[in-house]
Amino acid sequence: MAEIRVYSTPTCPYCVRVKNYLKDKNIPFENIDVSSNEEGLAEMVRVSGQMGVPVVLIDGDVIVGFDKEKIDSKLGA
Amino acid sequence: MRELIIVGAGPAGITAAVYAARKKIDFMLVTEDIGGQTLLSSDVENYTGYQFITGQDLVAKFEEHLKQFGVEAKTGEPAVRILQAKDGSFTVETKKAAYQAKAVIVASGRRPRWLDAAGEEALRNKGVSYCATCDGPLFSKKHVAVIGGGNSALDAALQMMHIATFVYLIDINPELGGDPIMREKVMAAANAKIFNSAVTKEIRGSQFVEGIRFEQNGVSRDLDVQGVFVEIGSIPNSDIIDFVAKNENGEIIIDNINSTNIAGIFAAGDVTDVPEKQIIVAAGEGAKAVLGVSRYLYKSGA
Repeated sequence: MAEIRVYSTPTCPYCVRVKNYLKDKNIPFENIDVSSNEEGLAEMVRVSGQMGVPVVLIDGDVIVGFDKEKIDSKLGA
Repeated sequence: MRELIIVGAGPAGITAAVYAARKKIDFMLVTEDIGGQTLLSSDVENYTGYQFITGQDLVAKFEEHLKQFGVEAKTGEPAVRILQAKDGSFTVETKKAAYQAKAVIVASGRRPRWLDAAGEEALRNKGVSYCATCDGPLFSKKHVAVIGGGNSALDAALQMMHIATFVYLIDINPELGGDPIMREKVMAAANAKIFNSAVTKEIRGSQFVEGIRFEQNGVSRDLDVQGVFVEIGSIPNSDIIDFVAKNENGEIIIDNINSTNIAGIFAAGDVTDVPEKQIIVAAGEGAKAVLGVSRYLYKSGA
């Protein structure tokens, strides 16, 4: 099973959508709320080189935004 | 060839899809995402039937309603161009494919207006944001600038006053617009400063935003900030179609049954010249557009 991290804020709509998408598919993931977790925020900026949320990290590969296709292709691979 | 393609899935496009499904029109929906700008509305208190609902929850309700009909919805496939064929039919090109139909409803909504300042594009998502609701919480204990002077800028400033250490509001107009209640709150805040008649010229930073430069009364000024929220309104997503009549703001001109000047092309919601940009208005316009399409298909013998 792929190791998945979602860097998100509670208010960002695409964060909610990406999390719901994974939940609907019964895919476990670790949610990191970067609005309250400073280390998590620093880590997100470091791995993605940017400050937009959500960021999805799948086995070390970075996906910025809610990009269904990229998520599917990473999980299918 | 289908009878109808609906372009966009905000309140106008989704409502159109529900009506089209119930009219048993042979149609498909092409869109980037479900919800459009409604997703970004924090609190909705004026959609009949809901005394209070968040934009996200309202979109979830819309989506639920849509799913009930088994609509052919191509998400992740925004229309990039609409073309007219000689026989009066249309082709909608998306990122991935091209689809033909006898009629099209353009319900592609609006997108945030860019500042067009130096550095803006390179620093997008690197401190430059067009959605304080989304990205605001990342700027805790930082200095930020909000560009704009209307309600959306005031709303962003008020949100950021609770998150950031200090908020600069950079307004191009001599006086702030928007609702007086919001204006007064920003003006009274201890951790906010307003610059009027200020034209933002540059957002600077190497990897992330480090500051902004603006001109005020002919004087160039520089502020150190780590975040810049651009809230200067929106522009219609009407560039995908170049053969319909638009007004000076680029909005597609429609009549009272949502027809454009081109037979078979209908439009609904915030992409049109209907002045009220409201969720409930867009939804109603989507319904009207399908009823117009239905008559059009019947009359043209389709």
